[in-house]
Amino acid sequence: MSGKTLYDKIWDAHVVHADDDGTSLLYIDRHLVHEVTSPQAFEGLRLANRQVRAPQRTIAVPDHNVPTTLGRENPDQMPEDSRIQVEALDKNARDFGVNYYPVSDIRQGIVHIVGPENGWTLPGMTVVCGDSHTATHGAFGALAHGIGTSEVEHVLATQTLIQSKSKNMKVEITGSLAPGVTAKDVVLTIIGHTGTAGGTGYVIEYCGDAIRELSMEGRMTICNMAIEGGARAGLIAPDEKTFDYVKGRTHAPKGAQWEAALAWWKTLHSDEDAYWDKVVTIRGEDIAPTVTWGTSPEDALPITAKVPAAEDFSGGKVEAAKRALTYMDLTPGTPLDEIEIDTVFIGSCTNGRIEDLRAAAEVLKGRKVKDGIRAMIVPGSGLVRAQAEEEGLADIFTEAGFEWRLAGCSMCLAMNPDQLAPGERCAATSNRNFEGRQGRGGRTHLMSPAMAAAAAVTGRLTDVRELMTENEPA
Amino acid sequence: MEKFEKLTGVAAPMPLVNIDTDMIIPKQFLKTIKRTGLGVHAFDEMRYDDDGNEVPDFVLNKPQYRDAQILVAGANFGCGSSREHAPWALADFGIRAIISTSFADIFYNNCFKNGLLPIALPQEAVDVLMKDAEKGSNARMTVDLENQVVTTSDGEAFSFEIDAFKKHCLMEGLDDIGLTMEKVTAIDSFEADAAQARPWV
Repeated sequence: MSGKTLYDKIWDAHVVHADDDGTSLLYIDRHLVHEVTSPQAFEGLRLANRQVRAPQRTIAVPDHNVPTTLGRENPDQMPEDSRIQVEALDKNARDFGVNYYPVSDIRQGIVHIVGPENGWTLPGMTVVCGDSHTATHGAFGALAHGIGTSEVEHVLATQTLIQSKSKNMKVEITGSLAPGVTAKDVVLTIIGHTGTAGGTGYVIEYCGDAIRELSMEGRMTICNMAIEGGARAGLIAPDEKTFDYVKGRTHAPKGAQWEAALAWWKTLHSDEDAYWDKVVTIRGEDIAPTVTWGTSPEDALPITAKVPAAEDFSGGKVEAAKRALTYMDLTPGTPLDEIEIDTVFIGSCTNGRIEDLRAAAEVLKGRKVKDGIRAMIVPGSGLVRAQAEEEGLADIFTEAGFEWRLAGCSMCLAMNPDQLAPGERCAATSNRNFEGRQGRGGRTHLMSPAMAAAAAVTGRLTDVRELMTENEPA
Repeated sequence: MEKFEKLTGVAAPMPLVNIDTDMIIPKQFLKTIKRTGLGVHAFDEMRYDDDGNEVPDFVLNKPQYRDAQILVAGANFGCGSSREHAPWALADFGIRAIISTSFADIFYNNCFKNGLLPIALPQEAVDVLMKDAEKGSNARMTVDLENQVVTTSDGEAFSFEIDAFKKHCLMEGLDDIGLTMEKVTAIDSFEADAAQARPWV
């Protein structure tokens, strides 16, 4: 019999009950909740006269709708429907007694940044949230995935989820990454390689030297986009970097419990003889700074490439590519780095952490946003914002001409007033370039924070390595 | 939840691949705190122009497909956001079954919570069903969940696979939470054991 994968081990530790056909009831250690996908779930509890089974394991924070402009405590800043949703979360959190970070709390932020930051997310846990980017928490070696609102209600009521097990997929990034190449470039390259449905039916474990070299924040960027590759969840086995990151955080174990936890966490890796249903290997050295040209995250190419033609594809993708080229208003054969942009958005649960802001600041230091370009940086949480201000990054951003915002999901999904106008073209560090994602008719190119910062300076999609060369002393 | 047993109705062809949940229900309609009333906004940005008028070429605006109950769609249907508003909007529009070569995981699960049946079939079968759907409202397709068969208007039949538990819940219209509540003793004892084994959680 073969050994177990990391996914197998976490799964096995959380099975409450298994039916003969494999349908299992899985225990949920952490349930993250935000204002958009939870109101109907809490309403369902009330109608059925049910309680939240484990309020101490439930963490709520408003993020999708909240304005990111100063003075947002004033409710008049929010459109009526957004305000109703945020107020509903306030009330639900209070009525059901769950952990809560309201807009006025410095710890408020994007739910997937708040969880790890406060030590709620730990290795070996099961973590769910009514949000597909819950995959982020997999960076800690936690089994984390998005669920629908009915499942949110199910977890609130029972602290369990009915699940059938996914297959095991290994994505190995060998070697090391070249200068200017970041976690975002790695994950876009992976999705470009496997396609947005390549991971469907699987839980992916990312491994290999290039993954090990990444910081915890880089690993979160990778796992965040596991869902864009179709996988239920992405995982990275915990190691010393993970333990160092977790240690001392508010809700991380302390003292003897820390030692006990550490002993278990060190067993959380795939066995040498584990069975993989699918394996993908990519050389780290082959990965370049990457951008998307189309309306699916799989439309990813090195910045040195050209806009493809629909005929370059096969099957149903031909029509989809035609539609994407029209929507994005791009001509096949155009070098990607000649595409001019109108807007730059740096932020989101993919790239709204302190290291992302440092990477952007490194490019922006002593430079200016090109005239006519609208540029904003939205930190992932109030704590990230405070740290960026303390490190002087905020000054670099404002001096360069970026707007420096408060924490929230913002223009990643444009549920708050931060939106693209029809036809507006954006260099974005978020995770989805779908039609209309950042605003009806808006055009999104996905990339890393350093690449987005470079685009802000030049006004076009830009190979950040060009600006890095300029930085070198003569 | 409404039971799903057997359905005969008009199928609308949507051959585009990677139809994401942002397309199915754009973000501006997620600000509701209800589950109902989203059908009018299903596929909003494809279905209406900037002034809110119907786009005549969009399949569900065509007279023969306005009452469609089945969608035959391109691969990877429902990818992207976990929003259950997508199946809510489809169900509210009147869709009861969706046929494709593949579905995104979260969307697939969400369908079953809302009386919607997602059917995954091989490309060759979906090609035949797509052609049948293109015939319009005179061609009615039949989805028989009990026997796990889809039949074209010409009588060509395709068997499909479905998880036995999901099938049972859909056919009986069962509420998951009620079913899980029956296992509360198992949950209690799991919690007690886990508190010993992993007290830091």
